[in-house]
Amino acid sequence: MRNKVYSSFDEAVADIPDGAVIMVPGFGPGMPKNLLAALHRQGAKALTIIANAPGTTADQGAIPLLVADGRVRKLISSFTASAHPSRPSAFSELYEAGKIDAELVPQGTLAERIRAGGAGIPAFYTPVAVGTELAQGKEHRVFNGRTYLLEHALTADYALLRAWKADTFGNLVYVGSARNYNPIMAMAARFCIAEVEEPIVEPGGLDPNQVHTSGIFVRRLVRIPPPPEGIWDEPYNMPT
Amino acid sequence: MTTKRKPGLDRETIAMRCAREFQDGWMVNLGIGIPTLCSNHLPEGREIILHSENGLIGYGPLATREDLDIHTVNAGVQHVTLMPYAAIVHHADAFAIIRSGKIDASVLGAYQVAENGDFANWKRAGMRGGGIGGAMDLAACAKRLFIIMEHTTREGEPRLVRRCTLPLTAPGVVTMVFTDLGVFEVGPPGITLKEIAPGWKPDEVQALTGARLHVPPHLDEVRL
Repeated sequence: MRNKVYSSFDEAVADIPDGAVIMVPGFGPGMPKNLLAALHRQGAKALTIIANAPGTTADQGAIPLLVADGRVRKLISSFTASAHPSRPSAFSELYEAGKIDAELVPQGTLAERIRAGGAGIPAFYTPVAVGTELAQGKEHRVFNGRTYLLEHALTADYALLRAWKADTFGNLVYVGSARNYNPIMAMAARFCIAEVEEPIVEPGGLDPNQVHTSGIFVRRLVRIPPPPEGIWDEPYNMPT
Repeated sequence: MTTKRKPGLDRETIAMRCAREFQDGWMVNLGIGIPTLCSNHLPEGREIILHSENGLIGYGPLATREDLDIHTVNAGVQHVTLMPYAAIVHHADAFAIIRSGKIDASVLGAYQVAENGDFANWKRAGMRGGGIGGAMDLAACAKRLFIIMEHTTREGEPRLVRRCTLPLTAPGVVTMVFTDLGVFEVGPPGITLKEIAPGWKPDEVQALTGARLHVPPHLDEVRL
């Protein structure tokens, strides 16, 4: 069996080339913050990032740092404005100035385009965004009296994943809402690299019934070291 | 409540009043902002299943530092607890549940709601970018769409209007609106004032509203 376990994040992302299309999961938890930090150190540029949101601050992962360094050519996301206009993000400032490309996609359409990309389905119809400015220029079609829009699948060169548990074959288990985009991006990308919270076990160490992402999709694995070397989630938006 | 006028309902009370609409057995999705507060005010004796776009089915009240699960957040990226019956799905399945019409009520915030049921909540005037999140999916596909918002903007401009001037999230979908000044039903006749905030008179609410309000002969105060 091929060895998929790498000892460093830098080594695991070393060969990601300029111009790569990269899927990045995460909705708060579930973001591969260690691999993103390594990608930021690595230097690849002209990247296309597909993610739920571009993030505002560096504690939300290194996408804002990649954007601020001018290394992201295009973002495909369900947010192109920062959540609070009083707190602009690196991305929103560049976008308002017309200095970065973006495609704004309703979140369910984004998720389904990724799912379709991993499922061999080139396009699908959805009722979402009919009657809005996002429907302009898209094919409309009526099924059973309701109007739908044609949306196209998304695939990527790479997905950076964040798992809870893994075995050395690459089987992954997620935990809590950290699952979010991980399983669908794992299937939609041609090359997946996962960071893993728990010690990576030998095959047989995970219950096959509980595996969320098959190891057939995963090419590289890195165990997250304890802090401060490894980046671990801090509580998000806790009530005071 | 930033304008200089007499106080209406506070945010917790608006959320509590909205949550009273949730019926036994409903699956409800709460958007970010004031709608999130509904999760702490679910009506007793009714089983309400809370769905979150990031894959939680059956979450509970906001977590405290004591019962925090670092891996689990709601749509507003606040840590929440899970009910014993909870299940977790991936993002595409969370939206499959929405798109296939299984959400009984979606509660969202808005910049503007029009008397024809249109609403706008993703793009501000003069901006190139916007924040859609899951709002368009929920708006297009939930069985009922409830809006919670301040009755006017910070500048005192009405948010309940005849026609939206901001880009739409979805056309013709809003069923009820809950503001600091009352409860409103949106339907074929337009906007009906169903309940009014204590201390307010219908003509005062009308003066802060951009659409003609229908006022029933016997108007109740907001009931909690």
